[in-house]
Order: sequence, then structure tokens, then C-alpha cells
Amino acid sequence: MKKILIVDDEPNIVMSLEFAFQKQGYEVFIARDGSEALALINNNIPDLIILDIMMPQVDGYETIKQVKANPAFAKAKIIFLSAKSKPDDIEKGLSLGADAYFTKPFSVKSLTTAVDNLINN
Amino acid sequence: MMPSYVIILVIVCYLALLFALGIWADKRARSKWVHNPWVYSLSLAVYCSAWTYYGSVGIAATSGVSFLTTYLGPVIALPLWYIIMRRVVTISKQYQVSSIADFISLRYGNDRSIGALVTVICVVAVVPYISLQLKAVSETFDILSASKESASIVTDSTFYIAVLLAVFAALFGTQTADASRRRSGLMFTVAVESLLKLVFFIIIGVYATFYLFDGTSDLYNQVSALEDFEQLTTFSNMEASINWYFMIALSFFAIFLLPRQFHASVVENTDVNHLKKASWVFPLYLLLFNVFVIFIAWAGKLVLSKDLNPDYYTLYLPLEHGHKVLGLMVFLGGLSSVISMVVISALALSTMISNNLIIPYGFLKVLNKRNPVANVKSIKKIRRVAIFILILGAYFFYINFNVQLSLFSIGLIAFVVIAQLAPAFFIGLFWNRGNAFAVKMGIFAGSIITFYTLALPFITDVFLQDSLFVEQGPAGITLLKPHMLFGLDFMPPVTHAFFWSMVFNLMFYLIFSVARKGNYRERNYAELVVNASSYGDMQENAFVWRGEAYVSEIRKALVKFLGDKRTTRALDIFYRKYGLDPKEEKADARLVNFSEKLLTGSIGAASAKLVISSVVKEQPVTLPEVLKILEENKETISTNKQLQQQAYELQRLSNSLKIANQSLIEQDKQKDEFLDTVAHELKTPTASIRAASEILADNDDMPDALKQKFLNNIVADADRLGIIISNILDLEKLSSGREIMDKKPHQLNNTLTKAIDGTYQLALKKEIAITINCVENLVLYYDEDRMLQVFTNLLSNSIKFVAAQGGSIVVNVIEQENDVLLSFSDNGKGVPQEDMKYIFDKFYQSNNQTIRKPLGSGMGLAISKHIVDGHNGHIAIDKQFKDGARFYVTLKKNGL
Repeated sequence: MKKILIVDDEPNIVMSLEFAFQKQGYEVFIARDGSEALALINNNIPDLIILDIMMPQVDGYETIKQVKANPAFAKAKIIFLSAKSKPDDIEKGLSLGADAYFTKPFSVKSLTTAVDNLINN
Repeated sequence: MMPSYVIILVIVCYLALLFALGIWADKRARSKWVHNPWVYSLSLAVYCSAWTYYGSVGIAATSGVSFLTTYLGPVIALPLWYIIMRRVVTISKQYQVSSIADFISLRYGNDRSIGALVTVICVVAVVPYISLQLKAVSETFDILSASKESASIVTDSTFYIAVLLAVFAALFGTQTADASRRRSGLMFTVAVESLLKLVFFIIIGVYATFYLFDGTSDLYNQVSALEDFEQLTTFSNMEASINWYFMIALSFFAIFLLPRQFHASVVENTDVNHLKKASWVFPLYLLLFNVFVIFIAWAGKLVLSKDLNPDYYTLYLPLEHGHKVLGLMVFLGGLSSVISMVVISALALSTMISNNLIIPYGFLKVLNKRNPVANVKSIKKIRRVAIFILILGAYFFYINFNVQLSLFSIGLIAFVVIAQLAPAFFIGLFWNRGNAFAVKMGIFAGSIITFYTLALPFITDVFLQDSLFVEQGPAGITLLKPHMLFGLDFMPPVTHAFFWSMVFNLMFYLIFSVARKGNYRERNYAELVVNASSYGDMQENAFVWRGEAYVSEIRKALVKFLGDKRTTRALDIFYRKYGLDPKEEKADARLVNFSEKLLTGSIGAASAKLVISSVVKEQPVTLPEVLKILEENKETISTNKQLQQQAYELQRLSNSLKIANQSLIEQDKQKDEFLDTVAHELKTPTASIRAASEILADNDDMPDALKQKFLNNIVADADRLGIIISNILDLEKLSSGREIMDKKPHQLNNTLTKAIDGTYQLALKKEIAITINCVENLVLYYDEDRMLQVFTNLLSNSIKFVAAQGGSIVVNVIEQENDVLLSFSDNGKGVPQEDMKYIFDKFYQSNNQTIRKPLGSGMGLAISKHIVDGHNGHIAIDKQFKDGARFYVTLKKNGL
């Protein structure tokens, strides 16, 4: 079973995403910010990470840098899911190595489709 | 009494000390010790020569109060002195004037012969005056050492003292060829000497009044018993009082015109503003100096024998009582006044002789042929030789006319001669019609009268032993009796001479000034001096000149006197000042004038004019043209000034526009950031609602319990949206100032309780203890709904940040004199140091782009701040509090 890690501090959004991905047949892990996420992936290397940017303590940028720095996580795909929607923000997210960038509010369907494509290819 | 060699040793030591002091001060010319108005004011006291120091006591003893005139004149004149000197100093600085002769010749178009005439007048007046000083030194020396007068020069101590003084003056006075440069070291020694002579004189005064007698009333009682007392203290008649006024006028002129006085007050002035202090310090000095004169004179009359010279009562008094040291001190005080008078006079005269007599009459040709180094040497040499000749000349004058000289009368004669410059000087300052020819005529006339009424009787008396001339007039013509000219018989000789010489001098000056017009150059300078204030800013532009001149020629002439380095530097400054092209071959009026000024310091105004006119081809300009050009130049300058002013205004305007623009950009940026924050705040709940709705729509088969959960989420997020929106609107309303607080009296205790009730559910959930320490019945004026918002916000922030279980929140209320201080403290994790600055900023969240703060806190504090501000209160965070967060709210007791 493919593993997905959702990193977001908004419990309501996390709840919706958890439901949607579980329905698609993924194993879902949840972290409320970057530091939780980094602690978690050492034991369970996910196939894909859904990453918010603005979070308390360790933010999304810092998290992706640390993930990319560790070769052990090379296979993990990363999708940014953030309210930051300016072209500069998106460019910065992609330049840090994210595979896709979704802005909030988002379509759950589009997100799950993108996740499916990334994991299966 | 005292051995001669001891006295000579003391004199040499004293001079060496002064010399060292001068060198010390020269090196520190700019320091606050040397360059200050006190030094300047004291140096003016060079006015008080041996005549003051010894002579006034003599006069007070023999003729009573008339000694005061010499000092009352300057004291009365000082307010006027300030006004006139301000102008004279300003002009002199601008035109590098180095003496009174230079100044007067400058005013009358740099006229060579006027400079020479003034120089001659000054020499004639001052040389006997210097010999008077030498006489004083010599006689006091003899009194002190109780020796007989020396028969030959070789054994005469006065001769050596004269030589020493000449060396002193030559060394300090002629270090540079530019005579308009300041000699700070020399003037500092003069100031010190002024202080010493005053202190010594006061000491002897106190000694005579309080040691020898029992104070002033004792002296008065004793002296009033003498038979000639009445005559000493009152004016015997009308004539005496007229005499008194003339004497005051005479000394009034002297304070401006005496070469040493002009030198100290104008040439050595380093700062025009020093005049202000001098205008009260100097009169005060003179008053202090004269306080004890009359008492010393009385004491001398009472104690000393009648055959002693009353001029030296100051010296006899201590010596007769065996106080040798005191006597020596008095002698040194007298010596001080002699040194400063002789040195400064010789220096001023030597400059005049070199710049106004020798260089423009013949020596200029010699200088023109030689190189600059040799020229500087020659100019210095001329001055040094002149100093020696002057002082030694004075010495020989003293040797020959010793018997006839009284300290007081020779001083007065010098004053009368110097007074001949008064019409040219004073009227020339204020009346532009006065011209060079009139000056010469006036001075000639005045001098002839002075010669006839003062010098001629003296000469006939001394050389011909013929008293008939004085008693009966030439060839028996009584109207021409030298002391009663035209039948004027009620004045003493000096006053009489002063009166008639002034009458003729003034008359000739006025008549010829009106009858003749000076040439354009005279008129030009007259304008410059008379209207100095309006031409002052024009500088070189104030000079009218037309003709042909080449820069290279002028340059060559300048180099000859100034040397290559100084010339290049000066011309560089000139070109930069006027933005001229240094390659331009033709010289304009400004360069011609500038060059003249440059040379004036070294060789005098008249010679400077000669040098420059020898290398340029000048075309005469008519008088109306001069005035027209001057007017035009003045207008150009004022237009330039206006333009400059406008340019400055524009610059200022553009600066303020720049600032305004910057603040608009800043505001625009802030607005963008605010919108960004708002959008961001709205996006998160919207995203949550959208995702939950999508899931509900796509999953009909969802269990009911889960469905309910999603629906609850949607409701909560929608509520959140509502809160955010109302917060935004609130904030905008408050920050625009449109919201008016509905202030009414409320019990603070009640409001706080309400706030806690509102957050009770949340606190209960986290098991947080909230304590309030507030007295009951504390009534304040505030808008309760708004204040509740503030308290609730602070409490809910605390609840958010403290740990569940064990968290505590304490609200303390402290009454102060005018305020009530509320503190909200919690034991949560506190606010990070770096965020404290921005915590009340409505853009707080956007400043920390990626670390999200708990929702609402950003706007909540901003809103709270606006509300508290609206109550004229104050909200702040305690930056020192480490155990959690502590916020203070200060509210006014009177609610205003």
C-alpha cells in the first residue's frame, strides 16, 4: 500500500484529505507541522507528501529542504498545498523541488488525480 | 633703595616671560585660550599707557577731576564705538586693511598721498608719545634705584630698555610680510599685560586707601582740610567745564584713531562678534582703572613731600613706607603699560611707514624688479628698520626734550594731532561725497593750525627762549596770538588748539567735498564704504573698472610679491568662486579688484593699486556710469540670490515630494500586505469548506456520524469566516477614526467579570484558573462593549498559549494618581522577543510570512490597541516578563 503524508495545521482540511486519500486506497499519515513530519518520515518513508507552507514552528520550505537533503527520501514526491498563491510563491515552491503546487481553496478531485498520476508514473 | 642690576634682572626676566608667553600663544592661535573675546577686550586696554598708569594720578593731584576726561570719552563713546567698529572691521577684513592709513586711503580711492599724509600725522603724533613712555620707564627706574640720571647713552638703562622693546616688537610683529595677518601671540601678551597693570594698580590703590589710611572717608576728611581742595573737585567756572567737554571729545576720537588702538581693535580682530563683549568689558576696565586714581592722589598729597613729582605718587607711596616689593610691582605694572603701548604703536607705525610711505614712493620700483623671496625679505626688513628707527627716534626725542615733557601734556598734544584724521575718518564713513582732495586740504589746514598753536610756541620757547611770540602774537598782532587765536582767550592751549584745528579741518573738508567731485575711483570706494552693508555681499562685484588687462600680466605682478604658491592658490580660489575659466586670457574687473586686495595686506592699498595699474590699461569711467554699474551689479547679485533662493525652495519641495511619495509607496505596500493577509485569512476556512463540501457531495454512502462531522466542520469554518470579516471591518473602522467611543461610567470589576464569563467555556476545557484582583466600585469612563472586546481578546490569547492543566491567568488592577493600570499575566510560552515590536501591528502576520500565528491574534491585538487608544489609554507588552506573557492596559481615571 502506497503511503501518503499530510502535513497541515488545519484539522478540518486534514480531515477531508485523510478521508479522500483513504478512499483512494492509500495509507495516510498526518503531521501538524514540519517538525512532526520530519520525525515521522524516518520510520515510514512516504511515497508522497502533501505539504502546507505556513505552519507553526518548522514551515513547509524548511521541511522540503530537509527532505530533499536526505537521499533516503529521494523517491518521495512532494506536493505543496498552500494559501500562498502569488506567482512568486509558486515559483519558489517548485524551485525547491516540489513536484506540484496546489493553492487553497482547492478541488479535492484534482488533488487526488494529481497524486494518483505522480505515484503511478 | 634697590640696586640697579636687580631691577634690570627683573626687567629681563619679565620680558623673557612675556616672550615665552607670546610664543606659546602663537602656537595656539586657534585655541579657546587665545582666540576669545576676553583676550580681544583686554588687548584694547593698550589704550592705558604709562600716561594712565602714572600721569592720571599727577593730574588728579594738581588739577583734580580733569584726568577723568581721557577715560570718560571712551566710556561714553563705546556704544557708538561698537556700531562704527562693526562696520570698520568688516570692511577692513574684506579689503585686507593693515592700518588706519590704509583704511583712510582705501575710503578715498586708494589714494597714495592720503596714505602717506596719514602716516606722517601718525608718526608726528606718536613718536613723542613713545618718548613719553620711555621717560616714564627711565624716571621710575631712577626712583626705584634711587640713582641719578645717567649722563651718556652707554650707561643709560632707558636706552637698553628701548632696544629691548624694539627687538621684541620686530620679532613678534614682522613674522609675515602680509601685515593684515593676525599676530595672536603678541596680542595675547598685550592682554596679559593689560590684566597685570590693572591688578597692580588696584593693589596699590587699595594699599593707599585702606593700608595707609582708614578708607575713603578718612582720606576725604583729611584732604578736605587742605586749602586747594575746592579747586580740585569742582569746575571753577564756565571755561573749565567747556574744557572738560572738549577733552572728552578728544579722547573719544583717540579711541578710534590712535594707530595702536586701530591696530588692536581692527587689524588684530579675529571675529567681528568679539566687539560685542569688548563694548562693555573695555569701559568696565577703564572705570576700574580710575576708581583709585583720586584716592592715590589725595594720599600722595597728604603723605609725601611737596617737591616730589605727583606723576609718580603710586611709586613713592610704597617706597616711602619701605615696601620695596610693592614698589617693584608698581614699576612692573608701569613697565607693562609701556611695553604694550610702545610695541603695538611701533608695529602699527612701521606697517604704515612701509606700506604707505616707502613702498608706494619709490621702493615699489625696486620690488618690481626682484623675485618674491627677496621681496618678502625686503618688506620685512623695511618694517624692522622702521621699528628700530621709531623707538630709537623716540629715545633721542626724550633725551633732548626731557625737561619740557610732562606725561599728561605730551599725551594730549598727540591726541590733538591724531584728531586731525577725525573728519576724514568719521564723516567719510557716512557721507559718500567726501573726497580725497578735501581730506588733504582739511588735514593740511588742521595741521597748520596745530603747528601754529601748539608746536610753534613750544619751539620758540625752548629754542629761542622767546616768550614775546606767545604773549603778543607775531609782529604784535594780537588776533594771531598762538594761544588766543582770533581773540579766543578762555581756553587752555591744548583745548584751544584742538578747537581751532578742528574748525578749520572740518570746514575745509566740507567745503572741498561739496565744491569738487572726486574721480570715479574715489566715488566707487566711497560707495563701498558708506553703503558697506549693501555692498558687503557683492565683494569683487562691488568694484567698477573698465579697461584692458591680461591675466598673465596680473599673475606675474602677484607672483612678485606673494610668491608662486600663494598666487596660484589664491587665483584657484578666485576662479572657483566665480566659476570662471582659468584659460581666459583677459582679466575682468573682479580679478583686478581681487588682485589689489591680495596685494594690500603685503604692500598697502595705495601700492597695490600702483602695482596693478602698471600692468593693466585702465579706461576712465564717468561717475554716473560707476553708480549705474554698481546698481546693475547689485541687482544681478540680488537676482542671483533670488534664483538661489528659488532653487533652494524647489529643492526643498522636491525633497518633501520625495518623502510624500515614499510614504505613499509605503502605504500602498502596507495596503497590499493587508489585502494579502486578509485574502490569506479567508482562504484557509474557504478551502476547508470547499474540501468538506466536495467530499460530502461525492460520497452519498458516507456514514451519518461522519457526515455530521463534516457538516459541523463546514459550519465552524463558515463562523470563522464571519468572525474574520467582522474583525477586518472593525479594524478598518477603528483605524480610520470614524468610530466614536460611547464613554459612560462603568464599574471596572463588573466588566472584567463579564469578560471572564465570556471565555469561561474555553478556560474550563483547558482547566485554566483565572484570578482577578480588583477593588469593587472602581468606576471608570469607557465604552463597555469595546473594552470588553479588549479584555476578551487578551484573555483568549492567554488561554490559547497556556498549557492545559496548570495554566493560570492573573488580572491585577492597580490605582495610580491619574490612571488605572491593568495587567494581564499568564504562565504560557510568552511572546518571542523578535515579535514584540510588531505585535500590535495589523500586518503582524504578513511580516512573518511562513510561520503562522494562531488565528485571529494578529488582528485582535491591533483592534485592542485602537480601542485603548480611542480611550486615550495605553496598551503594551511587558518585555521583561519571562514567565509567560504580560500585557498592560492603562486607562485614564477621568476618562478624557
